[in-house]
Amino acid sequence: MKDKQTCLQTAVDKKAKKVNNPFVELIDRFYVLFDNKKVRYSVLAAALAVLLLLPMRTSMYFMEVMTNVWFHVVVCLGLNIIVGFAGLLSLGYAAFFAVGAYTTGILILHYGVSFWLTLPVSVLMAIIAGLAIGGPTLKLRSDYLAIVTLGFGEITRLAARNLDITGRATGLVGIERPTLFGLAMVKINHFYYAFLVLAVLAIFISYRLQDSRLGRAWKCIREDEDAAEAMGINVVAARLLAFIIGSVFGALAGSFMAIKMTAISPESFLFTQSVMILLAVVLGGMGKIPGVVLGALAVVVFPEVFRGIGKYRMLIFGAVLLVLMIYRPQGLWPERHT
Amino acid sequence: MSLQEIVIQQLFNGLLLGSFYGLVALGYSMVYGIIKLLNFAHADIYMVGGFCSLTILTFFGNTFIGNRWLGIVISMLITMIIVGLLGVIIERVAYKPLRNAPRLSLLITALGVSMILYNSVMVITSGEYRAYKTGLGYEGFSIGSVFVTHTQAILIVAAVALMFVLHLFITRTMYGKAMRAISMDLDCCRLMGVNVNKIIALTFFVGSMLAASAGMMAGVYYGSLHFFMGFVIGIKAFTSAVIGGIGVIPGAMLGGLLLGLLESFGTQIPFIGSEWKDVFSFSILILILIFKPTGLLGKKESERM
Repeated sequence: MKDKQTCLQTAVDKKAKKVNNPFVELIDRFYVLFDNKKVRYSVLAAALAVLLLLPMRTSMYFMEVMTNVWFHVVVCLGLNIIVGFAGLLSLGYAAFFAVGAYTTGILILHYGVSFWLTLPVSVLMAIIAGLAIGGPTLKLRSDYLAIVTLGFGEITRLAARNLDITGRATGLVGIERPTLFGLAMVKINHFYYAFLVLAVLAIFISYRLQDSRLGRAWKCIREDEDAAEAMGINVVAARLLAFIIGSVFGALAGSFMAIKMTAISPESFLFTQSVMILLAVVLGGMGKIPGVVLGALAVVVFPEVFRGIGKYRMLIFGAVLLVLMIYRPQGLWPERHT
Repeated sequence: MSLQEIVIQQLFNGLLLGSFYGLVALGYSMVYGIIKLLNFAHADIYMVGGFCSLTILTFFGNTFIGNRWLGIVISMLITMIIVGLLGVIIERVAYKPLRNAPRLSLLITALGVSMILYNSVMVITSGEYRAYKTGLGYEGFSIGSVFVTHTQAILIVAAVALMFVLHLFITRTMYGKAMRAISMDLDCCRLMGVNVNKIIALTFFVGSMLAASAGMMAGVYYGSLHFFMGFVIGIKAFTSAVIGGIGVIPGAMLGGLLLGLLESFGTQIPFIGSEWKDVFSFSILILILIFKPTGLLGKKESERM
């Protein structure tokens, strides 16, 4: 059995090598360059400087798109913890940012709580949601997990649609925007910076998690659950933590989304939204943080760039997705396996 | 209405809805059984089937005016073949090159195909509803005081017949045997001289055929089509396949019928009603999976050691 597998694997590897065209190899070389610490930090510093100064020079529209990019970076990194690090397929991630957005929205609108005080509540709710989804599904195989998370996602959305406290189908309208050190957050630039900070934090935390004891445990479980368990890793706890941390990322992003949009409705948390986030993660390269950021960028920017061609743009997006995945099945910037 | 009538009425609605779910779920389940892919594009194949049959029906509309059912049956057969071939083409273009790739990448190409399909139909129909005119009347018969049209009755019979034919195909023919064998061990089948690629293509053909027939039946039943009609039924059919045990053929049928019945009876239960019926069925799904993690008819799979 083992021999057969290795033989097949070598055959596959050989085939895979042939497919690599020079262009793809060039990109890979660039990625290797990026692994060099000096290069990486200088590139990152330059990128950060540009991103910080960006709002001075550009249009509102561009800021709007970039803010959306940072939002997606945060949620994609959150999903990456569940899918990429822990290897648990989730199709209901929108439920998590729905939890955050609605918690913030309800607390501000119905109880007049300050936005900054709603954040801890939002985190708490996310932990509960993560436990609720992670708990019953621990024993399930990955594909069943996919449908259960999908089910939870739909239940969350439908509950938001049918409950009075969440404003039913109209959702919550007129959520008050907060002030920060006396500065009222009203302009798009403020939200740009807010989401940029969130994204940088998310990237930082993701890196710290990746190399932590927990991160290594996740990777171990992803590769071989039984072996991981035999090595003394608490699989149940590690998986639950993946769901909880992933959901906290999503909920915080959702909370900020609620004050940026000032209105949220159940239609913002459709299944398609969950799918787009999963798409960004897989497209970028599961488990690889720069890859996921790249994926988030691609998923937001692509439809914007092709806005000009109107109704055909999602058609072309689908085709591009297909071609990208056929030529680069492991994602744009994949994790390297040694 | 008396309780008994409500039960008969909902039983009927549930069976009808459930047979649509079942037909679509079969495609999900077969494909999953063979290449372990959650084929997101399947729901859109269902939708394309609806539109394809409408086009053919309008095209042949005048020819078969003498016998409406003949027209419908013939356009159904043509639709099934065309959409079946579409399924095969999709498999060749989008899934075959990725046979050895990570499984999630396959999921993304499936999403890509899904986007291409529904956006194409959206562009063609300009996103509008299309009326599905069959010219069938509303004659029918009564069970107690519950009225059932002939169309509804025939649709259920047709759906069950299709499922039965599929069941015979899977259990009695060589191709069916090959499919079952591949779902057990693909590599081993290849070593045993089974033409794996051909059988996979055949699976897509059969699955798409069934989805297309369901799409057409939905058109006949509801009387209109929309490019987004596959979306909801896709989720529901996927749920059905999982309830029954994904990869198990009778499981998909059972799951579909069960989900259909659950939904239609769910609307009648106090405090649930039509608003909460989906929540109700998803909760049942989660409960089933908690107590029976492989679905109702799924076998316990021994994980690798």
